[in-house]
Amino acid sequence: MTQTRNLIDANGKRTDGRGIDELREVKITVGSVKNADGSAFIEFGKNKILAAVYGPREVHPKHMAQSDRCVLRCRYHMSPFSTDTRKNPAPSRREVEISKVMRESLEPALMLEDYPRAAIDVFVEVLQSDGGSRCAGIAAAAVALADAGINMRDLVAACAAGKVDEKIVLDINDTEDKEGGADMPVAYMPRLEQVTLLQLDGRLSPDQFNECIDKAIRGCKMVYEIQKQALMQKYFGSETELKEEVQ
Amino acid sequence: MHDVKRRYVIPGDKIVEGNFRPLMNVIKAGNALIATRIGIAETGRDGVKVIPLSGVYIPRVNDLVIGKIVDHSSLSWEVDINSCFSAHLPAQDVFGRDFSPARDDMTKHFAVGDMITARIMAFDRTRDPMLTVQDRDLGKIARGEALKISATRVPRLIGKRGSMIQTIEQATQTRVLIGQNGIVVVTGRTPEGIKLAVRAIKMVEEEAHTANLTQRIKVLLNVPDTPPQQETSRAPVGGTPKSEEIESTMDEVEEELEVDEK
Repeated sequence: MTQTRNLIDANGKRTDGRGIDELREVKITVGSVKNADGSAFIEFGKNKILAAVYGPREVHPKHMAQSDRCVLRCRYHMSPFSTDTRKNPAPSRREVEISKVMRESLEPALMLEDYPRAAIDVFVEVLQSDGGSRCAGIAAAAVALADAGINMRDLVAACAAGKVDEKIVLDINDTEDKEGGADMPVAYMPRLEQVTLLQLDGRLSPDQFNECIDKAIRGCKMVYEIQKQALMQKYFGSETELKEEVQ
Repeated sequence: MHDVKRRYVIPGDKIVEGNFRPLMNVIKAGNALIATRIGIAETGRDGVKVIPLSGVYIPRVNDLVIGKIVDHSSLSWEVDINSCFSAHLPAQDVFGRDFSPARDDMTKHFAVGDMITARIMAFDRTRDPMLTVQDRDLGKIARGEALKISATRVPRLIGKRGSMIQTIEQATQTRVLIGQNGIVVVTGRTPEGIKLAVRAIKMVEEEAHTANLTQRIKVLLNVPDTPPQQETSRAPVGGTPKSEEIESTMDEVEEELEVDEK
């Protein structure tokens, strides 16, 4: 990848005015799709993504059912209007790949063995895209799964880090993704301290790699706090502590 | 219930550390107990459990459910019980051990489309749930208005010692059958009463986790406010028949979900 212009200015600010360790603004709303068993809407910078979860429900076609565990099916899809030039709504190679990695990043957090012979469907629809949509999608899907009341060992938070102007920066946006040096999306389970997704597009030295992954995990922890707050807000309102009843 | 500690949790939250028994929606990781669902964690002497606030219905043995007959083979009926597994009601359960597919006409008892109350006789990881109607008050539901609510709201709809459902039944002159799978059947003399009861039930479902719900339901139903101690008595004053068995059995379940009943 060749860089055509400076993506970090003299003051250390990036193209959208952020510092190198700054996350874009993240907002999560839980329960935005009434028909689904669980849902979440995430705004991750300019990304707008809807995640809906159905299930556990009957498996169709029946031969897909597993006798010892639940089947998890994920579909990542970008709306035709989500990009500046129209995107063909047919699933592209990229979308098929993201659907797969998304499934694999959510699977370790779910206790699928609790629902044998059933299926859980996760739909992630990108309404507006701005780089880092797979991470935002995973974060939204994890919240939607928790909202659907599926047994989980932990939430999954996701965030990318990358290399721009030879500097490791947190949360790559669209311009930095296209013109920068490297992009590394990471999904992470904060309580279990386990990475469930690690991809890398670009070149990094071993030192840069370590710095990048540390930074991405720090970003995941920030996203986790927002996910947690969104769920708490939906179910318990502004109270965070349950008032003890006087018996 | 003296030393029960309650708190709000989401999946992955550490509830408590120490030598406790994980009871429901809780896993043990090392020395810590971790919640696996969104809900209210209760730490008691016998263990730690999380009362879930969301989720679809997963059958359990001995649950009383309301289902709809969707099909029948020569040996059993297939019943939709609002779950990811379809339940089976064996014909032998209805006709007795000497049931013969050639002699007995299954449609005489239950036709496709009938609603029934049933108990889950057997269910495990390997088999679909099996139902029985051999108990008092189980079997076909003759009439009524059926509606679906989330199964996690059932305890809230019943209320502490049946207080919520009694309030609704008495104020609207209706009878409300509640299945643990979240299917509710309302019967009554007047369509207005049924309509009002349905509205109240839907309100309970939507606002289950908010405080002072009983008060607002009473406002909706135009019930004069009574002191709380009267509310707990189960015998209705006005001579309306005692609530159905299907409810009273569920009283054990509902105690858990008294978040806002303070």
